[in-house]
Amino acid sequence: MSHISAVASVVILEMIRRKDVYVLLFLTALITLALGAVNFFGDPKIARYLKEVCLALIWVSSLVIAVFTAARQIPSEKESRTLFPLLAKPISRAQVMLGKFLGCWLACAASLAAFYVFFAILSATREGQWPVANYVQAYWLHCLFCGLVASLTLLGSVWFTAVSSNATIILAFVGAMLVLGRHLHKVAMKTGGLAGNLLDVGYYALPHLEWFDVRDLIIHNWPRIDWDVIAKDTLYAFAYGGCFLALACWRFRRYAIH
Amino acid sequence: MGLVVSCRVVPWPRASTGFAFGHMSGTIKPILSAENLRVEYRPTSRKGGGPKVALNGLTLAVYPGEVFGFLGPNGAGKTTTMNVLLGFTPPTSGRATIFGSDVRDPSSRQRIGYLPELTYYYKFLTAFELLRFYAKIFGIPAAQREQRIEEAIQLVELGAAARRPIRTYSKGMQQRVGIAQALINNPDLLILDEPTSGLDPIGRMEVRRLIQRLKKEGKTVFFSSHELGEVETVCDRVAILFQGELKALGPIASLMSPGETSLEQAFLRIIGFTPNEESACPISPLSLAS
Ligand SMILES: Nc1ncnc2c1ncn2[C@@H]1O[C@H](COP(=O)(O)OP(=O)(O)O)[C@@H](O)[C@H]1O
Ligand SMILES: [Mg+2]
Repeated sequence: MSHISAVASVVILEMIRRKDVYVLLFLTALITLALGAVNFFGDPKIARYLKEVCLALIWVSSLVIAVFTAARQIPSEKESRTLFPLLAKPISRAQVMLGKFLGCWLACAASLAAFYVFFAILSATREGQWPVANYVQAYWLHCLFCGLVASLTLLGSVWFTAVSSNATIILAFVGAMLVLGRHLHKVAMKTGGLAGNLLDVGYYALPHLEWFDVRDLIIHNWPRIDWDVIAKDTLYAFAYGGCFLALACWRFRRYAIH
Repeated sequence: MGLVVSCRVVPWPRASTGFAFGHMSGTIKPILSAENLRVEYRPTSRKGGGPKVALNGLTLAVYPGEVFGFLGPNGAGKTTTMNVLLGFTPPTSGRATIFGSDVRDPSSRQRIGYLPELTYYYKFLTAFELLRFYAKIFGIPAAQREQRIEEAIQLVELGAAARRPIRTYSKGMQQRVGIAQALINNPDLLILDEPTSGLDPIGRMEVRRLIQRLKKEGKTVFFSSHELGEVETVCDRVAILFQGELKALGPIASLMSPGETSLEQAFLRIIGFTPNEESACPISPLSLAS
């Protein structure tokens, strides 16, 4: 475990010292505040609209952070040859991979926390409410989403050689799942035939990333979700994330490094 | 072509070498051994013909306490050998062990210090943080860690720069970081890939001194080089590799033919380099700059 946490701490240090997360956080805050300053005819729905925009920005930022942090880990270690002194130590490749994952996940969770605190303050100033349980639920599910995306991206990074192609494929896949995921079954029923069957297989086999997107819960201040549903979602994410990581470790072990 | 390259492999340990282990002849277990290693690289381009054989049937053993020089011109396969020994590259066939365990087993690397040929470390970390990271991976207890790091930094004379990001270091300083990280676990075996290449004369002398000091402390050093002069002064035994094949192995004196006065002469003869017949050797072994 100490090996894994050591690798993770380097990932986090790198993230702290790079400026991209601060830029995303700053841009999100700036755009939201600018929109907030423009009060369209004293529209009472402005608060909800603002929250919607802010959350959309947070989701895009978190996706970008998760994908790009995870996608560059292994390729940049390989390219800058830092992988050589690292793997010459008594550490297995699986430990390196798991450490990279843990680092990416914690880094995402930490930056998400900053985003959610901003969101909570924004919405409190507009609506005077602190639905803490809702925030915790939305935050945790969002963290699970980032973990799933990071593990999938790490798997992609030992499969595709170029960082950019990996990142593009993952972003397209995640975007498609978020938008279409819940409709796949319906589409499959309508399509029918072989294509329909394939879509149905996709519906049951692909990770349903959209289940982790509960923005409406905190936009509309709906009653919080049952905790056992959250627990099931957590297990679901761990199962899929575990599979992606196991595949990534297996693939990375067979990787010749020269 | 009439180019006959004989392979002179002198068995080790030999009583006549006068080396400290002579009395234990036959009973010492090697610290590092390679048996019949073969490495083929897949052709880089589609039309590029068959696989490139970088290493062909390499067998050698390194014994505790010796300084072993691994010599060969550029492209001979030295780095490839080290990559196999450290588990980076799986051999196409053959087997390698370190401290008796297979090189694919990460625990075989617990007592190794490795200096890569090209030194690149995480540029956003300071030398201090880098060493702490590696010390954690070696499982050095927290109580000893900081002291060990301070010692390593002092040894390579990094001084206050150790608290600056590695991004700001000169090449020589990066090499020092490399040496510090290779020594952080107080290793019994050092694997150094061309430790003096790209260093100025002072840096080279310092590395030579370091190797001698490590030998005095009873460590085993396996290093590759094409700087024959310095090899002569520090090595107990050398192996000469050429085009992926072992051409000679043994104490330096045993490789010299009558009339030869330097290792360089022996080296050139062994790899079959004749300065007048340019066609005899496709690459000049003296094109040493990497
Ligand atoms: N990744 C690689 N792919 C293809 N060929 C390689 C690769 N690495 C090294 N080689 C080839 O293998 C041979 C040995 O290389 P190397 O071990 O680096 O030599 P040395 O370290 O002795 O200079 C060279 O001919 C080199 O071109
Ligand atoms: Mg080399």
